[in-house]
Amino acid sequence: MHEQPILCVRNLNKQFGGGCQDCRETSTRKLERNYCSTCGTVYACQDISLELFPGEILGIVGESGSGKSTMMQCLYFDEPVTSGDAYIHDVELEGQNVFNLSSQKKRYIRNHKYGMVYQNPVKGLKMNFSTMGNIAEKQIAAGNRNVTTMERTGSELLENVHIPLFRAKEEPRNFSGGMQQRVQIAKALSNNPPILFLDEVTTGLDLSVQANVLDLIKRIQRESGISMIVVSHDLAVIRMLADRTIVMLNGAIIEQGLTDQIMEDPQHAYTQRLVYSLL
Amino acid sequence: MALLEVKNFGKQFTIHHLGKTMQAVENIHFSLDKGEFIGIVGKSGSGKSTILKSIYRTYLPDTGNIVYDSNRFGKIDLAKVTEREMLYLRKHEIGYVSQFLNVMPRTTSRQLIEKALLEMEEPATIAKTEAEKALKHFELDRKLWDAYPNTFSGGEKLRLNIAIATVKKPRLLLLDEPTASLDQQSKVKVREIIEKLKADGTTLVGIFHDIEFMDGLCDKVYDMKSSPVPLQEEGVLCEG
Repeated sequence: MHEQPILCVRNLNKQFGGGCQDCRETSTRKLERNYCSTCGTVYACQDISLELFPGEILGIVGESGSGKSTMMQCLYFDEPVTSGDAYIHDVELEGQNVFNLSSQKKRYIRNHKYGMVYQNPVKGLKMNFSTMGNIAEKQIAAGNRNVTTMERTGSELLENVHIPLFRAKEEPRNFSGGMQQRVQIAKALSNNPPILFLDEVTTGLDLSVQANVLDLIKRIQRESGISMIVVSHDLAVIRMLADRTIVMLNGAIIEQGLTDQIMEDPQHAYTQRLVYSLL
Repeated sequence: MALLEVKNFGKQFTIHHLGKTMQAVENIHFSLDKGEFIGIVGKSGSGKSTILKSIYRTYLPDTGNIVYDSNRFGKIDLAKVTEREMLYLRKHEIGYVSQFLNVMPRTTSRQLIEKALLEMEEPATIAKTEAEKALKHFELDRKLWDAYPNTFSGGEKLRLNIAIATVKKPRLLLLDEPTASLDQQSKVKVREIIEKLKADGTTLVGIFHDIEFMDGLCDKVYDMKSSPVPLQEEGVLCEG
């Protein structure tokens, strides 16, 4: 089966710090977890390669500090990468390493190809703008200028994520955590992106609210066929959402496979520990 | 022609925190023609489920080949297919039923069956009518159609489970002890369902605890006598 991935990442590396002679060479470096004990350089992402296929949800699990969020921030251009390539399968961007593009081009990709939902809504929303204004902001960035259509799509999106329309003029800071998260999802979807990144979207939400958000994500995937990368430290979330799963530890991918295979036949010692700790 | 051919299959588990490796099964050989039904028997721990789960790739096979004759890909080794290929096969060609209903929470019976059909890119209207047909066919009470299955009885769950797996008309259906923990009446019902599937030409591999249940149902029976058992030759107990 020859299938073209919609997003293909090759050897993504991200380090914080300049490195020293003890750790610069990949093959010989000895790290304490993910940092060099001599110079303190943190190797947050080491040679991450992955492929995201059209319409699929790819799960990424790993403990805190394993580099999941850093990887997402690199993919979304919040953080520059140290090295690595990423290719988006798209007529305009075919064959171009998107990490090397100009900041203008990157902004274009963020506005037209990507959606991002952060763990912390403060990062994804302007808390002192109205809810509708937040959604409009992303639509304007994507080139929309017609207020009527923007308002119509905005209302549809909010209805879709179960935010009552009479609160659309309210600022998200008045909302509960679950509502803020749902506004973020509506905002991320407002430019109709083919690729959506979800970073620990249900962390810190209570169970029933978490269920709402998860149902929403599943529904979006079913109805619009958006490809998603879902990062979570919660295996139950990944089990429910993802077909394929990548396990990260200390900045590197240690295992990947079908989600049920990762859960029932984990190969790596860390993955086994992770799965056995599942309640 | 063989639809499934398992050759020299073996699987071991490494349990890191115990520092141990366990050989679950080894030297398994069997083959299965289209429309055939093979039953695997053996006491618990003899590796029956390991075989089935490895075919479905819930377990990673380590030695041997599991050659499946796919509609889409032709002859393909399930031990070596890519994850995406396996996902395709699970959606379109190979079904798996266990005694546990492992489905998306907060999804009604009707939605679960529709979802299976939508995955195969059936149009929504057809999915709707086909789902209702399946619910009727498997004699699920009409008041359960729009209920969440976590409150269902064991027999109801199982029938729903089989409905989800069979509505796509899989070419190969794996039955992993579907009758365990069912009462006699429900077992009879399940047997009827399996007989219907077989009559429709579905190829089946099934694991069952009770040999009586399989009597007259399976074309071949493999017995995994002691654990772990090397099956050197096809041990035929009964011809159906």
